[in-house]
Amino acid sequence: MANQQTNSGNPRVDLEYRRRKSAEEMRYQVVSFSLMIFLTLVAFAAVAMKGSAWFTVPFIILLAFVQVVFQLYYFMHMSHKGHEAPSLFLYSGLFVGLITVLTFMTIVWW
Amino acid sequence: MSTYAQKKGFGATVWDFLTTVDHKKIAILYLLAGGIFFVVGGLEAVFIRIQLAVPNNDFVSAGAFNEIITMHGTTMIFLAAMPILFGFMNAVMPLQIGARDVAFPFLNALGFWLFFFGGVFLNLSWFLGGAPDAGWTSYASLAIHSKGHGIDFYVLGLQISGLGTLIGGINFLATIINMRAPGMTYMRMPLFTWTTFVASALILFAFPPLTVGLVLMMFDRMFGSNFFVVANGGNTVIWEHLFWIFGHPEVYILVLPAFGIFSEIFSTFSRKRLFGYSSMVFATVLIGFLGFMVWAHHMFTTGLGPVANAIFAVATMAIGVPTGIKIFNWLFTMWGGSVKFTAPMHWAFAFIPSFIMGGVTGVMLAAAAADYQYHDTYFVVAHFHYVIVGGVVFSIFAGTTYWWPKIFGTMLNETLGKITFWLFFIGFHMTFFIQHFLGLWGMPRRVFTYLPGQGFDTANMISSIGALFMSLGVIALLINVVVTSVKNVKVGDDPWGDGRTLEWSISSPPPFYNFKQLPLVRGLDAFWIEKMEGKKGMIPAEPLGDIHMPNASFLPFIMAMGLFIAAFGALYHGEHSWSILVIIIGLLVTFGAMFVRSVKDDHGFHIHKEELMDDNDKGVKA
Amino acid sequence: MHAEEKLTYETWPAEPEKSTLEAKNKFLGFWLFLGGETVLFASLFATYLALKDKVPNPGEAALAKDLFELPLTFVATMLLLTSSLTSVYAMYQMKNFQFKKMMLWLGITVLLGLGFLGLEVYEFNHYVHEYHHTFTSSAFGSAFYTLVGFHGGHVTFGLAWILTLMIRNAKRGLNLYNAPKFYVASLYWHFIDVVWVFIFTVVYLMGMVG
Repeated sequence: MANQQTNSGNPRVDLEYRRRKSAEEMRYQVVSFSLMIFLTLVAFAAVAMKGSAWFTVPFIILLAFVQVVFQLYYFMHMSHKGHEAPSLFLYSGLFVGLITVLTFMTIVWW
Repeated sequence: MSTYAQKKGFGATVWDFLTTVDHKKIAILYLLAGGIFFVVGGLEAVFIRIQLAVPNNDFVSAGAFNEIITMHGTTMIFLAAMPILFGFMNAVMPLQIGARDVAFPFLNALGFWLFFFGGVFLNLSWFLGGAPDAGWTSYASLAIHSKGHGIDFYVLGLQISGLGTLIGGINFLATIINMRAPGMTYMRMPLFTWTTFVASALILFAFPPLTVGLVLMMFDRMFGSNFFVVANGGNTVIWEHLFWIFGHPEVYILVLPAFGIFSEIFSTFSRKRLFGYSSMVFATVLIGFLGFMVWAHHMFTTGLGPVANAIFAVATMAIGVPTGIKIFNWLFTMWGGSVKFTAPMHWAFAFIPSFIMGGVTGVMLAAAAADYQYHDTYFVVAHFHYVIVGGVVFSIFAGTTYWWPKIFGTMLNETLGKITFWLFFIGFHMTFFIQHFLGLWGMPRRVFTYLPGQGFDTANMISSIGALFMSLGVIALLINVVVTSVKNVKVGDDPWGDGRTLEWSISSPPPFYNFKQLPLVRGLDAFWIEKMEGKKGMIPAEPLGDIHMPNASFLPFIMAMGLFIAAFGALYHGEHSWSILVIIIGLLVTFGAMFVRSVKDDHGFHIHKEELMDDNDKGVKA
Repeated sequence: MHAEEKLTYETWPAEPEKSTLEAKNKFLGFWLFLGGETVLFASLFATYLALKDKVPNPGEAALAKDLFELPLTFVATMLLLTSSLTSVYAMYQMKNFQFKKMMLWLGITVLLGLGFLGLEVYEFNHYVHEYHHTFTSSAFGSAFYTLVGFHGGHVTFGLAWILTLMIRNAKRGLNLYNAPKFYVASLYWHFIDVVWVFIFTVVYLMGMVG
């Protein structure tokens, strides 16, 4: 998906190609936005329905993670080339963060 | 626009250092400030040993003793060891990867000044009503009840200097990822660069929990929140976790660069390629990774439960494996090499047994059940001093001697260097070896005195005499620095004669743009490869062209100073009516400077090809 | 390519945010910073979860399930989510070298962000006055206001940042010097949204579930 500098000898054609490519990508962005809104609605609905907490809590956390993947890979362009180091460090941060959260939910007591 | 260093007056030199964004000058600032704090922390250590030399001593009071041990630990970790290592990273790492500067020269300066102002703020506590006294770990159950402003100084000072460290870490990471010279692949990077990389990654993930912990403590002590106030639902174990989630990786932030320094020294003075380079890299990364999963071994006696204790005990022992890999690789590097016993090599050689002893007691302490016996005794004190002095401080001495000619252009005296080594080495083992036994005999740590006739008297006296030897060693180093600076005999590019990495391929000290043409790297130990093929220097990877350089700036100093001012406001919050005003003024200074920075364009300047060619004729003098 | 160069629609590069060394460094450095921010917020989340509903006098003081209301959180969420999309539009126009359109979308982003902040101020005020749930009333209160307040502080800083960039560059259009700055600011804005997704899930929705 990353934009190559020259695809053809003709810069004009190349420019057109790039414009079309990024317009297409913008459509994906709108699609992922709609999905995010949808996921949010589902999460709020799940809570509003007052079902069992054993189902609702894991379910809305899952939705949150899915939504964050959309944010990262579409809105923040992590799906593009040249994001190897950013992904490595973001996931490492997430890993450390999740261990921290896990600890605080299990062995911080009294 | 280009500014070539000429003979300058004293004022101009000071201004130059206040505004510099050059990584080599910032390195000198780090070494200087870190060195001063090292001496301060060392004096505190001497006071501790004087107080404990004989039973029932009243050299200092019990309260003052608490302040001294707290400040000794805090100063040595945050304000001495880390900044000095940052100094080496700044001085050497960009040269080792063939870069002209770090990725963010401006932020580099900001990082230094934040550390500096944070350190000064913390130490001002001595003159403004008493230093922090809850230990360097500052456990909340103790710290929120501490009278006076000591803990407030600790919280705010560390917050400011921690911010500087975080900025430095990000900067090194970006530099290593983005600015390696052509051909410098990851698996061709010198080991010091690799350890800088992993240590910086640890900084990136370990400092935010500390930041949060300090913020919570600040809110509790100064703004009335209840994180650690048990009566209002708070929980002090939160602080312990946050502190050690930072605190344990911190150990590796210190010791990994030390490993890197020794790796350079071993291969240089064995005149041999580092044995098992790729396993060394692997071990470094693995230590960094495991370093994040062991913090609760500091909390075995907190009562986390058998399951948690078992998991953390096993994870802790697992770290022994990659560390062992490293030890064997160093030994095999020397094996069959033609070893030259220079002063840096003395330190490296002594490091191996000293550090192994720290490692072995570490595995003993990792056994959670046994730790209930060792916990809070001198055994623990002995253990971590063997790791931090035997590993980190030895590496600081070694690195200072090894890179001094590259940083300052003149060699430290070898004989004095070896005298320093022997004094310090003997003093170190004398001070701390006996403390293992003091601990096993039952002497608790952090007590300000003990009664005669409990079997502690002789051992403590021996320990204190050892501290005297260590002090003499440091004094010998200082004399060495003064003598060689006065003589100032200039040396060439590769003064040890056996340099392997890129920093030895350019003049000492390097010109401010480092490399006239970026070097082409053809393998591990890039400069050695060229030397073995009979070439004098590196093959350039680019034609001679204009070099883009950043402008000097005074803003980093102002930004850091703003936070320094605001910290005073926060400190006296709720006590004086002017405190809010001071906070606002301080933050305005900082944010104002940030605003100026973002509004005023700073494109840097170019050194033109013609000027570089002129240098060619005259020989570079920077 | 030099950062100061005047460029046109035709010469504008495909990835203006990464076309100079300085820009590449800025891009990478900022992502690294976000990695650290992830741990920072994780620590705050962890603290909140450990102290959730920890009050000195249970039974009298308001707990999470008493405080939070779906509609308010929903509106705030929609505002912030939408502002994330508008800042994507702004970056789309930036890549197309459409300076005016980029500024327009950034302007909308700022307005949505302000709306979010306004709601947050109202919400905090509401809790303080209706429920006596304050920063100093309990450990729960301290943890709640610290976590959500840190996020609010990030929103405020992000708004100030984007506004400064807009005002500074209003007259001179896009170049390779300021394009990476806009890009990085928009990354920051998205990250704020990522954090909010977890806040509305973990703090508000899970709070209401009980």
